[in-house]
Amino acid sequence: MNQPREQEVPPRLALAHISKSFPGVKANEDISLSVRPGEIHALLGENGAGKSTLVKIIYGVQHADEGTISWDGETVSIPSPKAARRLGIGMVFQHFSLFDAMTVIENIALGLDEAVDREVLKARVAAILDSYSLPLDPERAVHTLSVGERQRIEIVRCLLQKPKLLIMDEPTSVLTPQEVERLFETLRQIASEGCAILYISHKLHEIKALCEAATILRGGRVVATCDPKLESTKRMAELMIGAELRQIEHKPGAGAGAVRLSVQDLSLAGEPPFGTDLEAVSFDARAGEILGIAGVAGNGQSELLTALSGERLASSPDAILLDGRPIGLHGAGQRRAAGLACVPEERNGHAAVPDFSLADNSILTARHRLPLAPLGFVARGDVLRFAQSVIQRFDVRTTGPGALARSLSGGNLQKFIMGREIGQQPAVLVVSQPTWGVDAGAAAAIRQELVDLAAKGSAVVVISQDLDELLELADRLCVLNEGRLSAPRAIASLGIDEIGLMMGGVHGAGESTGATHA
Amino acid sequence: MTSAILISILMTLVAASTPILLAALGELVVEKAGVLNLGVEGMMLTGAVAGFAVAYSSGSTTLGLIAALAAGVATAMIFAVLTLSLTANQVATGLALTIFGIGASSLIGAGFVGRTITRLGPVFPEALAGHPLLRAVFGHDIVVYLSLALVLAVSLFLRKTRPGLVLRAVGENDASAHAIGYPVIAIRYGAIAFGGALAGLGGAYFSLALTPMWADRLTAGRGWIALALVVFAAWRPGRLLLGAYLFGAVMTLELQAKAAGITWLAPELLAMAPYLATIAVLTMMSLGRKTGRLDAPACLGKPFSAS
Repeated sequence: MNQPREQEVPPRLALAHISKSFPGVKANEDISLSVRPGEIHALLGENGAGKSTLVKIIYGVQHADEGTISWDGETVSIPSPKAARRLGIGMVFQHFSLFDAMTVIENIALGLDEAVDREVLKARVAAILDSYSLPLDPERAVHTLSVGERQRIEIVRCLLQKPKLLIMDEPTSVLTPQEVERLFETLRQIASEGCAILYISHKLHEIKALCEAATILRGGRVVATCDPKLESTKRMAELMIGAELRQIEHKPGAGAGAVRLSVQDLSLAGEPPFGTDLEAVSFDARAGEILGIAGVAGNGQSELLTALSGERLASSPDAILLDGRPIGLHGAGQRRAAGLACVPEERNGHAAVPDFSLADNSILTARHRLPLAPLGFVARGDVLRFAQSVIQRFDVRTTGPGALARSLSGGNLQKFIMGREIGQQPAVLVVSQPTWGVDAGAAAAIRQELVDLAAKGSAVVVISQDLDELLELADRLCVLNEGRLSAPRAIASLGIDEIGLMMGGVHGAGESTGATHA
Repeated sequence: MTSAILISILMTLVAASTPILLAALGELVVEKAGVLNLGVEGMMLTGAVAGFAVAYSSGSTTLGLIAALAAGVATAMIFAVLTLSLTANQVATGLALTIFGIGASSLIGAGFVGRTITRLGPVFPEALAGHPLLRAVFGHDIVVYLSLALVLAVSLFLRKTRPGLVLRAVGENDASAHAIGYPVIAIRYGAIAFGGALAGLGGAYFSLALTPMWADRLTAGRGWIALALVVFAAWRPGRLLLGAYLFGAVMTLELQAKAAGITWLAPELLAMAPYLATIAVLTMMSLGRKTGRLDAPACLGKPFSAS
């Protein structure tokens, strides 16, 4: 598969003047880019910049209104994903197309266009796993695998079709640093064999480490192309956002005050079927600090959040102390009233009711601390005023307090939910994945609000998989792994490798031996 | 003498089990594809009445069975169009389908009440089918053998074939299956049609084989038992066979007690037994949620629309 990389070789993929409109939005406008064989090309942009639409056009999921696609020098049309795969385009989606209850090999078989005999398929998969040194057990059920291992299934699916262009959509958003490093090695090997890679991300240091060329999109247009190895990270970020990057300001004087939330030996059985047991989790969160809880999803994060929010009760009142008061047996409403606010990871359906208006959604949690429903009767005017104030203060882009929660984009809804909780001035705010899927501008705003809340004397606990975020926000960091919480360490004393190892924990060991149950 | 009694018990048991086995097997495939069709009872009734009407008019039970199949599919298609194409709520639509089936079968069957036809006979020649011992194996009608073959076929289909794998994938994660490029809606249409065909056949077994005579609401709630059976069997065809025959045994208790001359127990209580057993099984399954949840197709009952 080694192809000469000379100027005469036509680009593997060349897009010329691609435009695509949806009702009311121009998702892509006059986009041109080209990718050579063996090149790792970054497609950089914020949420809503048009990256996914463009990629869907390349992969045949959507069709361009204008413009041409050429493949190895010839103009082609790509009517369907099947046609894309026939050309040699493979894609690893951000959200994996996997079936949890099935085995790895069944999942791989499902990703193929034609039926392949099981034994033949096994042999081919084994050969690929071997040649790329990917650890993966074909007979394991998917729900027992780590995110990194799941991603490998998707990669193997693509590699089985001997792709000439591999599209990776935000592949590292949920990986540990070690898993990222391993993925990069795999991608470099794939590229060295002549396969072009289109790498979609908004993580600039990764693009600097991996890619040879970058196309930066903003508002559906190409705003720049550059060599990421030469361009500065700050400059690329500004091109991507279209404005000066806001730095988070840590207010001086904030820091360890009195203990506001204290958790002692909290144990909780995981929710079947795939839950993780919490084992004797203990930590303190102090006034004025942000405590980060790192860890790969599925290590007890959702259990910890439901245990703190009061959706599931502790076994004794003393397991959770809020400002010294035992609240372990208080329900969710009582805890909110006492000043412990929680924001779960899932916005639509857990933090907010999708079919309720923003105003109604604000009653749901804020009524405990604000007089929105005195004596059980909804004070409509006060509710609307509160929702409107959240919308203004947190710059939520919406038509008003009457908009349905489901009509907002993920980032805007997250801003509203954070605003709803912060607006109640909680004693302790626990938030899971505060900026998951939120674009850089909104993420910076949310992080700033968290810092400001802590500076006012609240304790903030951030549960996140995003290490960069935790390193930026947290004063102290601990790691949740297999339901056990490590002792907190001051962030200044920690290196990123060290945290990565703590996060990887048993997952990391499982990868080297291939035997440990995740 | 005792062997003759045992064989006769076996024959009634098999006959009583076959319609619920068929209906449940169809529903199992439907649920494996991620669709919850609570209209089994309705589809059984339209199958029963169509089978009876055609068999009565034409004199052919074979034509009756074919008509029952077609009627089951047609009824199921109402459900499929409403829930798949128009994304109506599956539970409500299924319940409505049952009510529709009860009404439609009463209306069509009104002219046939009390009429009789020739019962569906055994497949094998009298020498085998009438033999006092061998009839335990050879004395059944075509539908019994068909139902057993179908259990094996569905089991192999789901476990060993690629279309079976795709069907399970659609029930497990419809969004992923769609993203990979499988026609989720078309596959579910197919599964629902299959479920309707088997429910129709199961219904016709009442009117063509069990009681070769039309009576209103002939299936008497057996469709609900079939639904419970799918859960009881944890969506596995092998366990479904076992469960159907177990329920068949409970259902024939009343007859057996009468035959054995037991009078101290009210026959009404025994007639209640299968329904009590259904409630008991469903309660037990929901108590043992840990296993129940793992077995159920993850997308069961969730509407899907490609976006």
